[in-house]
Amino acid sequence: MLKDLFRKPKYVTVSPTAPKKDMPDGLWVKCSGCGEILYNKELTKNLKVCQKCGTHLRMTARERIEATLDDFVEYDADLSSVNTLNFPDYEDKLAKAQAATGLQEGILTGEGIINGLSLVVGVMDSYFMMGSMGAVIGEKITRAVERAIAKKLPLILFATSGGARMQEGTLALMQMAKTSAALARLSAAGLLYISVLTDPTFGGVTASFASLGDIVIAEPGALIGFAGPRVLQQTMHQELPPGAQTAKFNLEHGIIDMVVERGQMKSMLAKLMRLHQGGC
Amino acid sequence: MAQPLEFEKPLVELEAKIRELKSFAEEKELDLSDEIITLENKATSLQRSIYGNLTAWQKTQIARQPDRPNFYDYVQLLFTDFVELHGDRAFADDQAIAGGIAFFNGTPVTVVGHAKGKDTKENIRRNFAMPHPEGYRKALRLMRQADKFGRPIITFIDTQGAYSGLSAEERGQGEAIARNLIEMSMLKVPVISVVIGEGGSGGALALGVGDRLLMLEHTFYSVIAPESCAAILWRDAAKAKEAAEAMKFTAQDLLRLGICDEIVPEPLGGAQRDYAITMENLSKALQANLTDLCALDTTDLLNKRYAKIRQVGVYSG
Repeated sequence: MLKDLFRKPKYVTVSPTAPKKDMPDGLWVKCSGCGEILYNKELTKNLKVCQKCGTHLRMTARERIEATLDDFVEYDADLSSVNTLNFPDYEDKLAKAQAATGLQEGILTGEGIINGLSLVVGVMDSYFMMGSMGAVIGEKITRAVERAIAKKLPLILFATSGGARMQEGTLALMQMAKTSAALARLSAAGLLYISVLTDPTFGGVTASFASLGDIVIAEPGALIGFAGPRVLQQTMHQELPPGAQTAKFNLEHGIIDMVVERGQMKSMLAKLMRLHQGGC
Repeated sequence: MAQPLEFEKPLVELEAKIRELKSFAEEKELDLSDEIITLENKATSLQRSIYGNLTAWQKTQIARQPDRPNFYDYVQLLFTDFVELHGDRAFADDQAIAGGIAFFNGTPVTVVGHAKGKDTKENIRRNFAMPHPEGYRKALRLMRQADKFGRPIITFIDTQGAYSGLSAEERGQGEAIARNLIEMSMLKVPVISVVIGEGGSGGALALGVGDRLLMLEHTFYSVIAPESCAAILWRDAAKAKEAAEAMKFTAQDLLRLGICDEIVPEPLGGAQRDYAITMENLSKALQANLTDLCALDTTDLLNKRYAKIRQVGVYSG
């Protein structure tokens, strides 16, 4: 039949045999946006932004510090998590995350310099248990905020997280209150806090310090929201329309101030810090 | 009465038997009081053994029982002259959260809480007490008002969580919750929160940053619903029971962990069995805490609140 000529042939979808590799340790990396195979060294030089399609690939905390700060002295490097609740397999997961990332926990905090301006900074790492926030992350952020107050320095936090860490139960939930209460004091001291939301930022992190910046910036394409796709499916049996929870979606709905490309991030942060010096 | 829970069935059956025997005795004009007393004693001891040894999952189920007292029951039975206030002044009046002004033992207070409904129709109207951003913003408006007029704030926590969905994302659910956390930490008036049923994650915490956290005896307060935890970690929602145990989220666990300040005893069998006793117990606890907090000057109050929030979390190094 003639009609058969126009019928789409049926193909069987074959899933790739090797697990998807997105850890940035190999020589070559596949862009999650366009599928292009990229030479890792070149990609890193380009701040992990795909040269072909502009997708902002995820960065480790160290890569971001390298890309954003001219100088960095780490705070509280020795803080590490304990399995307070005796939650099944938690130690195991922590050990694996530590081995895979070379980090003690899912955030690096410290004091740094951007274009000659001093600041207190915290950078989360999604490769460490999806940046989930437990007591250590809460404590490190709180201490960073308290140091910013003591030193009268601006604070910049780069968020990326799946939310509060289930393995620490309600103790993890309470880190939302703790970090927010510390930020209340920073705010009362008249100090600047810039929150940079990177892919992905969800749950208890969105619902606490990450949303509390005097200025809230997102990276292009970053997914940002309260309920992550998995939670929505599990609890509400819902899927959001395409484009929901992107940086653009959040900008259009008035939830963030701006979307800034990674290549411009450093100069934008410096400009904002300069704009917050002085006044009459 | 709501459907009995699985572990309550032996008790419910025994109680039915007692009722049957009583009406039979009445009808036939027989004296069966000895038998009835024996059975009643048996029921009491059965009740003690069931409710004295509840697992975390059983507590989760009790906390969710639809016939437990809800926000409006507490408002009606603990306070006088309640005047309900509505709306966030920006978008809508989210009925998942209710609030207003009332007298508590003669003191004007602001009360805010998650409002579960009594039936399906009311629950739909109140979105099963799962607030949208405008609900949290309404709560914040009422709490700022309390701050202005120097009224203590009492919040009632009873939600499975903040609403998740497109409308909530569009209106900034994360920001709405975060804003409550930061602002509540600086309110210049005493803030007492009471978990009366489910304490569901950030959606609960957004009404729970304050000077004291009280929890009714059979309630829980969790980072995530046990069903969701099981589904995400073990890809099996049926393992909710295990997740409930693992997360250590009952009032008793949280008292040990230094998160809950005081457990308010419930009548044997749970708050739903006897509203009057529940109210009496809570009223005493609220008054005692309020008296303590009202004696503090603002600086003291805020420093103590910060210290309380600040100390939560265990780590090494």
